[in-house]
Amino acid sequence: MALIEHGKLAEDIWHDTDDFADAQALAPMGPIIVDLDTWRRHRDEILALDSPVGLRLQPGQTPDLVASDLHHFDLIALEFAKFTDGRAYSQARLLRERHGFKGKLRAVGDVLRDQLTFMLRCGFDSFQVATDSRAAAILEAVDEFAHWYQLALDRSATIPSLRRAAGATEAAGETGATGVAATWAY
Amino acid sequence: MTIIRDKTKSQNSNSQNFTQAVTANRLTDGYVVYLTDRDSWSERIADCQIVDDRSAADDLLQRATDQAADDLVVGPYLFKVATEGGRTIPIGQREILRTTGPSVGTDLNLA
Amino acid sequence: MYRYDEFDHAFVAERVEQFRGQVARRVAGELTEDEFKPLRLMNGLYLQLHAYMLRVAIPYGTLSAKQMRKLAHIARTYDRGYGHFTTRQNIQYNWPRLEDVPAILNELASVEMHAIQTSGNCIRNTTADPLAGVAADEIDDPRVYAEIIRQWSTLHPEFSFLPRKFKIAVTGSPNDRAVTRGHDIGLRMHRDLAGNPGFEVMVGGGQGRTPIMAKTIRNFLPVDHLLSYLEAVLRVYNQLGRRDNIYKARIKILVQSEGTDTFAQMVEAEWQAIKDNALDLPKEERDRIKAYFGPPGYDDLAGDCPELNLALDLSLAANPRFAAWVEANVQDHKQPGYAIATISLKPHGGIPGDASADQMDAVAALSEKFSFGEIRVSYKQNLILPDVPKLGLLALWRALDGLDLATANAGRISDIIACPGLDYCNLANARSIPIAQRISERFTDLAREKDIGEISLNISGCINACAHHHVANIGVLGVNKGGTEYYQVTLGGVADENARVGAIIGPAFDEWQIAGAVEDIVDVYLRQRQTNEKFIETYQRVGPQPFKEKLYGTDRARQAS
Ligand code: SF4
Repeated sequence: MALIEHGKLAEDIWHDTDDFADAQALAPMGPIIVDLDTWRRHRDEILALDSPVGLRLQPGQTPDLVASDLHHFDLIALEFAKFTDGRAYSQARLLRERHGFKGKLRAVGDVLRDQLTFMLRCGFDSFQVATDSRAAAILEAVDEFAHWYQLALDRSATIPSLRRAAGATEAAGETGATGVAATWAY
Repeated sequence: MTIIRDKTKSQNSNSQNFTQAVTANRLTDGYVVYLTDRDSWSERIADCQIVDDRSAADDLLQRATDQAADDLVVGPYLFKVATEGGRTIPIGQREILRTTGPSVGTDLNLA
Repeated sequence: MYRYDEFDHAFVAERVEQFRGQVARRVAGELTEDEFKPLRLMNGLYLQLHAYMLRVAIPYGTLSAKQMRKLAHIARTYDRGYGHFTTRQNIQYNWPRLEDVPAILNELASVEMHAIQTSGNCIRNTTADPLAGVAADEIDDPRVYAEIIRQWSTLHPEFSFLPRKFKIAVTGSPNDRAVTRGHDIGLRMHRDLAGNPGFEVMVGGGQGRTPIMAKTIRNFLPVDHLLSYLEAVLRVYNQLGRRDNIYKARIKILVQSEGTDTFAQMVEAEWQAIKDNALDLPKEERDRIKAYFGPPGYDDLAGDCPELNLALDLSLAANPRFAAWVEANVQDHKQPGYAIATISLKPHGGIPGDASADQMDAVAALSEKFSFGEIRVSYKQNLILPDVPKLGLLALWRALDGLDLATANAGRISDIIACPGLDYCNLANARSIPIAQRISERFTDLAREKDIGEISLNISGCINACAHHHVANIGVLGVNKGGTEYYQVTLGGVADENARVGAIIGPAFDEWQIAGAVEDIVDVYLRQRQTNEKFIETYQRVGPQPFKEKLYGTDRARQAS
């Protein structure tokens, strides 16, 4: 396993488990990630562990299920059971945009190079991949496109906003007006 | 063009004594190819290796799958063939068309 | 026509380079076929029976002469000299080599075309009324919205790995020429009482194993909310659409299992949470796109119309073959003195939808001479010259006649929609093309075709129903029984604004019986029809029984019914 964060290989300090006893044992060694079931059954005990807590959600588990608990999590891991299963993209955007989740959003499972930019744009900022060599290849993908049509969570300037800016500059040249902020974007 | 109708089908459908070969599509151009007895792939069905029992067929497919893993071909599979007067003839409309090409339009623009 | 700006150009160029890299990694073995397949599909590249097949998008069915020449060039240089126009405003090349595909995409990019999202489980090429901008009954130009949807859906971060393919069609007219109810989302333009344009949103249509007509989930959506509403529909579908069973993964199954009302409420709730934000379409953006689709420089011919019509009448009277073509293939235009001409890609005995590179070049030249350099591709797999001055019709027809492109059969029985079927398609059960050829060869008499009148006949080679046989007046579906091809017939399907699915008439026919069966069906219609009744009207009035009796005999028909 290898981990990518902030555009480079990173060390994974998180311990991921589906088992509460494991979580108890692992907590002293660093932050822990548990699945939804473990969280629901041992919520208060996990909070009492005095360790940063992360939550792992499977594709069918909508963030609405844990909306009121989100402030407890420093990390949420979303599983790609197969890279062709795109539910996690919606989960990610809902977490970021609807629920205002500010912690780390980690992609785990079948995380491949050619899906990296989709993930980045949906708000993921941590990627667990199979091997180091895969990780190196994955990083190349970031620069494949300069701009996209849709406003997304990578916050890069969108093509519609660039058009507006270009249009505004032209107009400014004619009228002396200043450019309008380009906030809309499909 | 005349299509060779599937006459052998009914004779073979209830028995195991059919002969088989392996086909796939070549990765680089997608063209139909057949596995030969020298582990190479040929565009000509005449070159294919034919087997007539289950374990040989499993063997043949395994060799083909290894080649697919080496990214030479895509999607290898076994199919039934008959031999008639030294000619290898695929059984079933789909494999006939894969061997002969589309039954229509081949004269359209090749001039 | 829409023209790429620097951003569109850069984006498509980056997409070509991305795919070039993906192909190189595949050939080098860094990507497995399982990993590569979804990537190549998202660029329209299939692996078919004999070779790869590349499906190129013709956005909302509009082509310039330059683009058409490029399609011809690609056919000649990288393929075998022809291409196949499909029901969804695409062109398919049947023989490209994997290693050539990046070069082909590069050629396409040079004329502002691409193959992005013409396949795969993503939002596909958005289709529109082929008569957009020229139809007399149009409320507003659907291409404006199809282009907006094209940009919004292109490599969408959230909706590129959906449960299944997702198709959107837009019409700006009350008469639906885009089969909007047959799509995952159909958008039909209306105006509210204040005259503002908006869309009726229909969801969950589709062909395939379970043909369903889309249900209206919103009667009127103001156009500025179009994208946020689409995003709400897609988000509900992406999360809840089934992923465990490919046959149950389309949105139509989700709409069915939730119930239309519940589904509409789910969309509404999601939409309320995201509307009025960055996805709104300000009027200036709509106007900016709309400016691309302004009318060409028509001559003001209104005053000359009586003379033009007289001249046309004279040439019609003098030339019955020309008259037959005008009758069948020429439609009224909203601009006085102009006409809409269908170029039939259905010569009797030919391959429906196929055009040779030479024909494509010739059509490009004719479009420049007679139609402001613009060509349309229709749902019926024909080409259309949208802006022909009536005075040019005779010369146009003569030129087309010399190219085997003047068959006077638009909307007639030999104007058959046919999918590639088992001659090309990896998923096929039976051949479609030879069946279409055999049927059309039985109707070569144009007078008889005219007598039969308006009718639709569609042939699909398997239950995926790419030829939309379910919504044809006469639908033919290829099935495979023990290695032999059979053909099942449905009657009574309709593809327009009253879209409905046809019903199976009885046991299937073999490949040698099917053309005769179609003739029998037509004979029953001719015998049963009342004055001026179209085939579908007669069928709806008399029901299936007379057809069953003719096809299967009285006894068998009784058993079959
Ligand atoms: S209907 Fe079936 S045979 Fe025809 S093109 Fe579609 S998938 Fe292929």
